[in-house]
Amino acid sequence: MEPSEAELIAAVLKGDAASFEPLVQKYSPRVFGTARRYARRESEVEDIVQEVWLKAFQKLGSFRGEAPFEHWLMRLAVRTCYDFLRGHQRNRETAFSELSDLEGDWLERFVTQPESAAENAEAARQLVERVLGQLSPAARMVITLLEIEDRSVKEIAQLTGWSVPLVKVRAFRARAEMRRIVAKIAKDKYL
Amino acid sequence: MNLLELQKKLIASARKNPPSEQVPYAFEKRIMARLSARPALDKWGMWAGALWRAAVPCVTVMLLLSAWSFFVPNIKPAPSDLSQEIENTVLAAVEQEQGSDTIW
Repeated sequence: MEPSEAELIAAVLKGDAASFEPLVQKYSPRVFGTARRYARRESEVEDIVQEVWLKAFQKLGSFRGEAPFEHWLMRLAVRTCYDFLRGHQRNRETAFSELSDLEGDWLERFVTQPESAAENAEAARQLVERVLGQLSPAARMVITLLEIEDRSVKEIAQLTGWSVPLVKVRAFRARAEMRRIVAKIAKDKYL
Repeated sequence: MNLLELQKKLIASARKNPPSEQVPYAFEKRIMARLSARPALDKWGMWAGALWRAAVPCVTVMLLLSAWSFFVPNIKPAPSDLSQEIENTVLAAVEQEQGSDTIW
């Protein structure tokens, strides 16, 4: 019979580092999924995930077992992603590079026939990436968690460590920031 | 162009295309190798290091105080009679008590 998560964690805390491997194996897909929401390059994604696991190992003693291990780990992952965004703030696209042909065509189609511009098109994906890439770290975090992952304000507060009012304020600002960026894209394309 | 609609469409696009959860081959082995490569936490070593670091400012403060007490002249006049001084100090509390009794 395979040991339970609690048993694995207890073993790691007693000094058996090898018991950490099944946890890494089980939860890495989720951590990778989270990291890929915030980092574009695969090398950056791997760095983030590695940092999450190293932190998890270091801080395992602070896991009290009241909530599932996955929740604790995801909090760590989200906060590490936020740190990554803040650390790479200067690298975000502050000036607009020109839209690719694919993006331009998709936008054109959206203007003429909004229904025909498919949401799952590669161009839409690129455009979303472009918009998110220009948001400030806090705005990107809030938009991702609130609008894309459809999480509640309370959940976001728990994940990020921000207070509920702060999440609300940041959500309000993030939506406004996103509106400004979308408007700029449209203006650059049509004016 | 309806910007709000465009914004909604982009959000919907991001929702429909969640990122891949694919894990690179043998990633967990890499993590375990990193963990085993980390030096074990040496509590005694940490204590020794902290105490050594604390020793320098402590010695500095001690030297400064010694120098200060050596060079600054004593402004209090030296007691004429040491035994009288000690007696006054020891009996100070008793005298104070007697003083308060007389008030009542």
